Amino acid sequence: MSSPATESELSEMLAGAKGPLRVVGGGTRPVGRPVAGEVLSVAGLSGIELYEPGALTIVAKAGTPLAEVEAALAAEGQRLPFEPMDHRALLGTTGAPTIGGVVAANVSGPRRIQAGACRDSLIGVRFVDGSGAIVKNGGRVMKNVTGYDLVKLMAGSWGTLGVLTEVAFKVLPAPEAAATLSLAGLSELQAVEAMAVALGSPFEVTGAAHLPEEGRTLLRIEGFATSVAYRAGRLADLMAPFGGVEVEEGAEAVARRWQALRDVEAFAGQAGDVWRISVKPTDGPGIAARIGGRVMFDWGGGLIWALVPEGTDLRARLGAFAGHATLLRAAPETRGRIAPFQPEPAPLAAIAAELKRRFDPRGILNPGLMAA
Amino acid sequence: MEMPTPDAAILSRKSKIVELLRAALPKAAVIHDEAEVRAYECDALTAYRCPPLAVVLPATTEEVATALRICHAEGVPVVPRGSGTSLAGGALPTADSVILGVARMNKVLETDYDNRFIRVQTGRTNLSVTGAVEQEDFFYAPDPSSQLACAIAGNIAMNSGGAHCLKYGVTTNNLLGVTMVTMAGEVLEIGGAHLDAGGYDLLGVICGSEGQLGVVTEATLRILRKPEGARPVLIGFDSNEVAGACVSDIIKAGVLPVAIEFMDRPCIEATEAFAKAGYPMCEALLIVEVEGSAAEIDAQLGLIAGIARRHDPVELREAQSEDEAKRIWLGRKSAFGAMGQINDYMCLDGTIPVSALPYVLKRIGEMSKEYGLGVANVFHAGDGNMHPLILFDANKPGDLELCEAFGADILKLCVEVGGCLTGEHGVGIEKRDLMETQFAPADLEAQMRVKDVFDPAWLLNPAKVFPLSVSRERRERQVAA
Ligand SMILES: Cc1cc2nc3c(=O)[nH]c(=O)nc-3n(C[C@H](O)[C@@H](O)[C@H](O)COP(=O)(O)OP(=O)(O)OC[C@H]3O[C@@H](n4cnc5c(N)ncnc54)[C@H](O)[C@@H]3O)c2cc1C
Ligand SMILES: Cc1cc2nc3c(=O)[nH]c(=O)nc-3n(C[C@H](O)[C@H](O)[C@H](O)COP(=O)(O)OP(=O)(O)OC[C@H]3O[C@@H](n4cnc5c(N)ncnc54)[C@H](O)[C@@H]3O)c2cc1C
Repeated sequence: MSSPATESELSEMLAGAKGPLRVVGGGTRPVGRPVAGEVLSVAGLSGIELYEPGALTIVAKAGTPLAEVEAALAAEGQRLPFEPMDHRALLGTTGAPTIGGVVAANVSGPRRIQAGACRDSLIGVRFVDGSGAIVKNGGRVMKNVTGYDLVKLMAGSWGTLGVLTEVAFKVLPAPEAAATLSLAGLSELQAVEAMAVALGSPFEVTGAAHLPEEGRTLLRIEGFATSVAYRAGRLADLMAPFGGVEVEEGAEAVARRWQALRDVEAFAGQAGDVWRISVKPTDGPGIAARIGGRVMFDWGGGLIWALVPEGTDLRARLGAFAGHATLLRAAPETRGRIAPFQPEPAPLAAIAAELKRRFDPRGILNPGLMAA
Repeated sequence: MEMPTPDAAILSRKSKIVELLRAALPKAAVIHDEAEVRAYECDALTAYRCPPLAVVLPATTEEVATALRICHAEGVPVVPRGSGTSLAGGALPTADSVILGVARMNKVLETDYDNRFIRVQTGRTNLSVTGAVEQEDFFYAPDPSSQLACAIAGNIAMNSGGAHCLKYGVTTNNLLGVTMVTMAGEVLEIGGAHLDAGGYDLLGVICGSEGQLGVVTEATLRILRKPEGARPVLIGFDSNEVAGACVSDIIKAGVLPVAIEFMDRPCIEATEAFAKAGYPMCEALLIVEVEGSAAEIDAQLGLIAGIARRHDPVELREAQSEDEAKRIWLGRKSAFGAMGQINDYMCLDGTIPVSALPYVLKRIGEMSKEYGLGVANVFHAGDGNMHPLILFDANKPGDLELCEAFGADILKLCVEVGGCLTGEHGVGIEKRDLMETQFAPADLEAQMRVKDVFDPAWLLNPAKVFPLSVSRERRERQVAA
């Protein structure tokens, strides 16, 4: 294992690398096709470089533990808007998730529907490409259209185009209060309809999920205490046609509930493979009907988490659909056999392969992880 | 501004190229008459002009693909164009290029309130997207000041933003998918009504690529429900520094206004003379707008007023009615027109960390004295996106050059304090040659590799974004091949 302590050391290491490398941050998540290669850890590149609460920006080295970033923000009453999930329980891994890993995987939680994904809050990156060149893009200001936006390209590229060394975010104030509205007994179709009504209301719903096994549909409101009370009331009125609404306001309970949902705790420790499917919300119930396993819905119905028997090729079962399915948790053998990431149409796959070739000409960075 | 010498071989084949286009496309779609193509010789950066070889105005994605296949086969550069409101010369033609304009492609293809998106052809204007959904109380959030005229096509290419992007983000945060035609004429579907990319985030790269990776013909855009209400407050200060500090304090306090706009004295004076909005005469003023129900607005404005009072404002005026709200915005919205009435001006567009605001405003004031040219400042303070307007006299020999040099110095200052060369207008030709002040060679190399992938022959929107010296080898390699 190699573990550079500086960006320039990393650059030299990559320039001189002789074979494939498996890039790890906290090493907490074996997603994607298993990578054969020497481990390259970025954990040594750690520390918050700059934090300006008055400008809503934070810059950290890629190996900084996510927890350290979140604690620094919390101390100023701010947070990462995209609510990154902690996947350790679901995947049964240990270690400390890093901020670079969050970016490399574009990890976003329930608030994605309102505040955007990780890539939407990410405003700058520094990385080292497969030839050892140090590249920066974006910066530490919220608005920046200077040149092409490689910040987005790096988010969700899972360490296959470059090794991130530094990431910059725009952050938001953490709200004073939150509430969960809960509806019982809706069918999947009714639930998606109810969530569409809620998300189409002016009450700024920041979470909308449906848990068929609990028979619950959940809506979250956040903001100043007075706003939350007002919005919860109005939203409850709006939801009345869908049945009785319970409102939960205790800060602990609300946080706990959405964290459990964010981290897909329901499937933690349960036998089977876990898939993550992204579709247009109203397509959710139809897709779920074809899954034939346990499901839960986030993002108003647009994100489906599915637990299916080990080795199931869910994509074959679903056939063609608008969206994508990722095999997130499965035995290495399964992840070697079934493409973990949705295969793309030929023209897009060709572009992706060319990008990979230009940023990593020798194919040494997490080879095969996303696409063969 | 240096532009590459037009390719004589292409110029000499003009009639053949036009014939090929006319044979493959509806007659009305191809414009080649010298007088008529003149209408396309520039965008809103009117200091630079050059009539194109021909103009193609297709009605469908298929026609766009047909035109591109022909140009590709003939090795003819193509300049995509929306409404031509770019302030960076992003849609400036070269003499050997074909303008491919999407203005006739302006249909709404699908509206879906349950899934909160609208799919449109990209020639549709920004404001008319909101127009198509406002009967259901929805809107499309990015709101460049040019929204009445500018097209979604240009918004995507420039990743445009507006006054309300502090809360709602810019184009890239509201774009879900595109149909795009590559220079080779291949039609790509990228993204869609679902969230997040499946593979690499190609959509994120296309947004802001200034028409150099492909021609976008259709777009799936996120639409949002309108807030219950919105109300501005106007706060006047007797120094720029204090106004800047107040912006930081508001943000730190946990309120997230939808807009924080800043105007300095020269701008206030010009605006008052022009629009008579009733602004106080002071050194700097902020317009802060918040949203929500009436009670929520009261609460937020109460908090903001409390913060502002700690900075001894010379005026604090909360809108009490629809009419007063309009008057508060009136001056801000007329600012550019007002400045245009009294002077020629050049509008810059750089971004700085909000914390650097007082320093940067002070330095601009000093440089203004050194250059002997006046400056008025009006900008989106919440996100540090500055628009210094440099005043000059277009009829005075040398004044434009002086103005350009001053502008370049201001943009370099933005980069020096940790900001960037452009926050919303784009690089185009305007800031092309300053790119090396913000980017190291490896940074530019990485961006140009992306261009190599999408447009290996470097035919799309030539001579924009990358300094000519930096892109020379690639451009010449292609000509040789
Ligand atoms: C919606 C969503 C759900 C997710 N759910 C799960 C889940 O259920 N289980 C799970 O295990 N993970 C999941 N992830 C990813 C995970 O949640 C993240 O927290 C993160 O990847 C963990 O950080 P880490 O440092 O441990 O990453 P690692 O596990 O070390 O690495 C994550 C990925 O990023 C790459 N990487 C890490 N650091 C860098 C760097 N500096 N530069 C370039 N590449 C780097 C790695 O090569 C690897 O491909 C999910 C992601 C998304 C988008
Ligand atoms: C008065 C005024 C106020 C403005 N205010 C703002 C503001 O507040 N915020 C802001 O961000 N901008 C502002 N602008 C700048 C401008 O309006 C934006 O850049 C806008 O997005 C340009 O859109 P357009 O359709 O006019 O594009 P054009 O000027 O036609 O083209 C702009 C760029 O887009 C490319 N392009 C056009 N069509 C396509 C296509 N189909 N496919 C691929 N590329 C394409 C062009 O090649 C060019 O590079 C303002 C301009 C004016 C004149």
